[in-house]
Amino acid sequence: MIRSELIQKIADENPHLFQRDVERIVNAIFEEIIEALSRGDRVELRGFGAFSVKKRDARTGRNPRTGESVEVEEKHVPFFKTGKLLRDRLNGNA
Amino acid sequence: MSKTLTRMDLSEAVFREVGLSRNESAQLVESVLNHMSDALVRGETVKISSFGTFSVRDKAARVGRNPKTGEEVPILPRRVLTFRPSHLMKDRVAAGNKTEA
Repeated sequence: MIRSELIQKIADENPHLFQRDVERIVNAIFEEIIEALSRGDRVELRGFGAFSVKKRDARTGRNPRTGESVEVEEKHVPFFKTGKLLRDRLNGNA
Repeated sequence: MSKTLTRMDLSEAVFREVGLSRNESAQLVESVLNHMSDALVRGETVKISSFGTFSVRDKAARVGRNPKTGEEVPILPRRVLTFRPSHLMKDRVAAGNKTEA
C-alpha cells in the first residue's frame, strides 16, 4: 500500500470530504510525526507502535572501498517499535 | 525536555489543518492507523513517500536462551514489522537534534 492508496481508502469511507482535504489530513498526520521527532519528542500510538529518536555515538568508520578511516559524527536517527496489539495481530493472535 | 505525543496530538494537527470537529479528526487518525495495520496484517508493505516504509518480515525458528538462567527456550517462527525511515525523515531528524559542538 502506498500513500495515494491510503488516501483513496479514507476518501472512499468519507464521501462528505473533498479528496484534497483527505490528502491534507493524511499528510498532516505524517508531518506531525516527523516534526515531533525533529524536536526530539516521541510519538506513542498505543496498539500500533511508537516512534522515537535514538542517538548514535560518534565513531571512526571506514570507507569500504578504499579502507580509509573517516570520522563519523554523533547523530540522531528515527526508530520505530511495533506495538503489542499489532505484533500479536501479525502473528494471528488477535 | 522531550515529551511524548499521542493520538490526541495527531488529531489536534488534523483539526488545525482542516476545519473538522475534534471528534471527527480523532476518528480519521484512527482510520489511517487501522488501514495501515490491516495492510500489514495482510502481509503488504506500506510505503509512505517522504515518510518511510513499513514491511513485514518472516523470522525463522531458533533456539533462544534466557539470559538470566541460561536455560534454552525455543523461539517459534514469527512475523515481525520493520520500519525504514525515508531519507527525508532521517535528514530532518538528524538536523533537528544536532547538538552544537
